[in-house]
Amino acid sequence: MVESILPLSVRSLSYSVGAVEVIRDASFAIERGSRNIVLGANGAGKSVLLRLLHGLLLPSGGQIKWARADAKFKQAMVFQRPVMLRRTARENIEFALQVAGREKNISHAARAALESVGLTHLADRPARLCSGGEQQRIALARAWALVPEVLFLDEPTASLDPTATKAIEEIIAAINNTGTTIIMTTHDIGQAKRIAHRVLFLHRGRLMEDALAGHFFTEPQSPEAAAFIKGELLW
Amino acid sequence: MAEISQGFTTAATLIGTANTELLSIVWLSLKVSGIAVMIASLLALPFGAWLALVRFPGRQSLIAILNGMMGLPPVVVGLLVYLALSRAGPLGSLGLLFTPAAMVAAQTLLIFPIITALTRQVIEDAWIEYREQLISLNASRGQSMMALLWDMRFTLLTAVLAGFGRAIAEVGAVMIVGGNIDGITRVMTTAISLETSKGDLALALALGIVLIGIVVIVNAIAQIVKTTAMKHHG
Ligand SMILES: Nc1ncnc2c1ncn2[C@@H]1O[C@H](COP(=O)(O)OP(=O)(O)O)[C@@H](O)[C@H]1O
Ligand SMILES: [Mg+2]
Repeated sequence: MVESILPLSVRSLSYSVGAVEVIRDASFAIERGSRNIVLGANGAGKSVLLRLLHGLLLPSGGQIKWARADAKFKQAMVFQRPVMLRRTARENIEFALQVAGREKNISHAARAALESVGLTHLADRPARLCSGGEQQRIALARAWALVPEVLFLDEPTASLDPTATKAIEEIIAAINNTGTTIIMTTHDIGQAKRIAHRVLFLHRGRLMEDALAGHFFTEPQSPEAAAFIKGELLW
Repeated sequence: MAEISQGFTTAATLIGTANTELLSIVWLSLKVSGIAVMIASLLALPFGAWLALVRFPGRQSLIAILNGMMGLPPVVVGLLVYLALSRAGPLGSLGLLFTPAAMVAAQTLLIFPIITALTRQVIEDAWIEYREQLISLNASRGQSMMALLWDMRFTLLTAVLAGFGRAIAEVGAVMIVGGNIDGITRVMTTAISLETSKGDLALALALGIVLIGIVVIVNAIAQIVKTTAMKHHG
């Protein structure tokens, strides 16, 4: 039995740009198999927090501790705007598999991943010519093909229409059902309600709440979270 | 005036009848500049990509120097290669002076900075877009470089062809290190220069027309490749 990279434990995490603290003193833990939504308004620090956890940014202070040292090889991330190489959809996935050191059945695995997101017919289409929603699904297939223990998603539907958003949310649920832990940001309360087991509410760089979804939406503990749920604009 | 129109008529005949002397000069030009651009690209593409991705003290100065060297006068490059290859020079024992190899060396040196600087710029812009995704995939620096070079292949072809255009059109460097020896190191530009000074306008004009044709075609290819590639790959 291979040990998991989870739980992830984060202690007193902070990140500053110049004199501005973008993430302030955040502490929380992420358990295996859960769907975690980092919720907050624009500029709250969601993207920065995700990049810190994924290792794309270095913390100014505090600790990010994974249960295993090789954790970075067990994670994948999908960005708000999908980054596609100038290759076909299938080759984009094959590239990720090659870089990850997979040698066997790369082509088969890439096809299977595309099938899981319902894009078999786009396998040989140049990825950049696909629509925004299709590209995001290819990005999800690419991440899924790596069989990550943890999948980070930074507002993956922010620039998509409702139909494409629904497709993406279904895929995220499917990925989670295969055992992958989800850590996803959104500013969309409806989306958070649909996906979250657990909500981490960020407000101006502060982790205001860390609660199970049922609790968070019915009994928010902070006035900021309550206002956000009611749809009031936060300053 | 009559002389000039006479020159054009003869030039047209030379081209139309595929004159042997004309063809051998054109062929040598294409060969020398073609090999030079291949060698320069083989070195400059990875070097430019590497420069785009690494950060080290002095990197900005190196880039500034390279950018400056894009405008290096061909005669100066010719002089440097001449000094290196002349009998007393460090590479004199190779006996390469006044051979096509020396011309290849001079043109390679001339266009290496151009292709490097353009590659560096193109790959650095692409790196901004791809950096986080490639790091997220745990791509090594080498893997990232290769992926970016391949991704920007159509834009980079433009850089390579720009190098070729500059190589085949320059006269100063090949004149100095090649010596414009008839049948051995005479290329289009040196031949044009010589024939014009001799007053033999026909061959000069014929070569001039071919040279312009080559440069125009190369640019057209670059343009077509880029636009069709953009359409097919986004
Ligand atoms: N590299 C940076 N330089 C300056 N400010 C930054 C940088 N990265 C993020 N910020 C600031 O940090 C705050 C949080 O940004 P971000 O995490 O992108 O917010 P969110 O994703 O929640 O919308 C914003 O105020 C943003 O301007
Ligand atoms: Mg964001």
